[in-house]
Amino acid sequence: MSLLHPKDDTKPWTGRYQPYDLVKEACIAIGVIASLAIVLAVLFSSPDDQPSTIAQWSNQLPVNFVTAATTELDGTSGTAEYGPPYNHNGEGQHAAFIYLQKWLGVSHPINTADDYVIDPLKTIPNDPALQSALAQYQAAPEKTQKAWGEAYAKPLEEYAAAEEEGKPLPKTVAVDGTTGMVSVQASSAGPVPTMMRSLLSLAKSGGLDGSLLTSRQFFQTDYTKPLLFMADGGLLDKRAEEQHLGGDEWGMMNETGSYPGQAWLWLYALWYQIEPFKNSENADILVMMMMGVLSLAFISVPFIPGVRSLPRKIPIYKLIWREHYRTTSPPPGPQPPRPVPSSSSAPPLRGT
Amino acid sequence: MSDYHKGSWTVKVREAAVAALPPEKLLPDGQPTYVASWIYVFGVASVASLVVIITSGTILALKGPAWWHFTGVGHFFNSIHMWAVELFFFVMVVHLWGKYWMAAWRGGRARVWITGAITFLVAVPTALTGYVSQQNFDAQWISTQAKDGLNSVGVGAFFNVTNFGQMYSYHVLLLPIAVVILVSAHVLLVRRHGVVPPIELNARLAIAPGGEAPAPPPSTVGAGS
Repeated sequence: MSLLHPKDDTKPWTGRYQPYDLVKEACIAIGVIASLAIVLAVLFSSPDDQPSTIAQWSNQLPVNFVTAATTELDGTSGTAEYGPPYNHNGEGQHAAFIYLQKWLGVSHPINTADDYVIDPLKTIPNDPALQSALAQYQAAPEKTQKAWGEAYAKPLEEYAAAEEEGKPLPKTVAVDGTTGMVSVQASSAGPVPTMMRSLLSLAKSGGLDGSLLTSRQFFQTDYTKPLLFMADGGLLDKRAEEQHLGGDEWGMMNETGSYPGQAWLWLYALWYQIEPFKNSENADILVMMMMGVLSLAFISVPFIPGVRSLPRKIPIYKLIWREHYRTTSPPPGPQPPRPVPSSSSAPPLRGT
Repeated sequence: MSDYHKGSWTVKVREAAVAALPPEKLLPDGQPTYVASWIYVFGVASVASLVVIITSGTILALKGPAWWHFTGVGHFFNSIHMWAVELFFFVMVVHLWGKYWMAAWRGGRARVWITGAITFLVAVPTALTGYVSQQNFDAQWISTQAKDGLNSVGVGAFFNVTNFGQMYSYHVLLLPIAVVILVSAHVLLVRRHGVVPPIELNARLAIAPGGEAPAPPPSTVGAGS
């Protein structure tokens, strides 16, 4: 006996057999499960809420769109500061000396200023004012670019804060009721207002959705750039909150509507609801490592002292095999030892 | 046996396979009498759910990822697929708990537990890749939420949940193959070792040495014997 090979006195069955039709059982099971799935499909269907687009975002929440685009331009958005696998602007999460995110490197490079703002603006033809603004922005030193971005972002941040706290909205940011265009009163913002106005127009027309998917080839299947841009904004969050899908409400294990979603992720989602994970800057790696350890433990149940013995101590097995115990219980009184059957013994009796 | 047959790799593989799992064990027509509880239904129900998932998923795959969004028939098959997945996880979890309380790894059956546990763990990303391949708001939200956990441990570098093309490949081919291989290994191991006998059985009945279940009597196994 060792830790990995515990004492195990379970021996092969030498008692009675009963008739059993494995193939028939499998066919019946498939029929029952298929019927159940069909009934559930007929009764409850399945969710299919339309995806959000950047055009919808910029039309429904134009100030939020311009705010997010400005943070992409000045490098302060969530994606801009994310680190690997998107850029080198952060180290990513770590646990003690383990920096897996950093070690695996940048595999899906995103330069938020170029990819989300400057490159799409370059695709707009016949707009001399925009071309001039772009040329001015790109020719300026990085320090000046940052100063312009911050000057433009400040009124937008004040607007967002007032909106979140339910306070009166500052008049430095206004939305045209007819066109949905955003005007921001920001001195010293250089060419940024012109660029943002053009970007908002492009987004409203749907051009930015296509622009963010365009790369070196015609067919596209990678939505990393538009999805991360949208995740920096507020439309996905707004829809998720309306559907109770936020991280503080067990997050992605839920699904739109009243569907069960990925209920099997309950343990993963649980850790995000409790300390020390809940407010940790490294919550994701801590939760993933915790789940890694628990998964290994789950696989190793037969070898873990205590865990492997619990079924003997909590006799649920007596309920499962109650019929067997009832029919094989020896009568009261001392029992003579049964002989060990030899290899030439007659086969066990069949049937009951 | 001729020299030719002695050197044949095919013969060696066949003999090893038949020795490990003779036909009467692979497709038995008898079960020990202790296999008499509703809990045993959940193992075969898990396999049956997987069959329904693969069948409905194959129909969805044949028509392409956009089909179910704009046709009623497509949406119906998507619903069957989704509910079969829900049933699969439900019956698999009940099966798992049942086997835990039976301590079903006893008697040389640790590999049965291990393959079952790994199947559950592989089924989770198989389902996740399905959720992020839906091309709807759920896919947008779940992928942008799931990326952070995967990125934090470096997995995001080669498994990008916001890349629809990659996730779709994982969902319709790579991970289902892994699940089917694992389930096949799990079921074959169950057939090889037999259904675990009841706890305390050895205190009441005669004991035979060895770690494998005896095959049912040959006279009753029919064509495979």
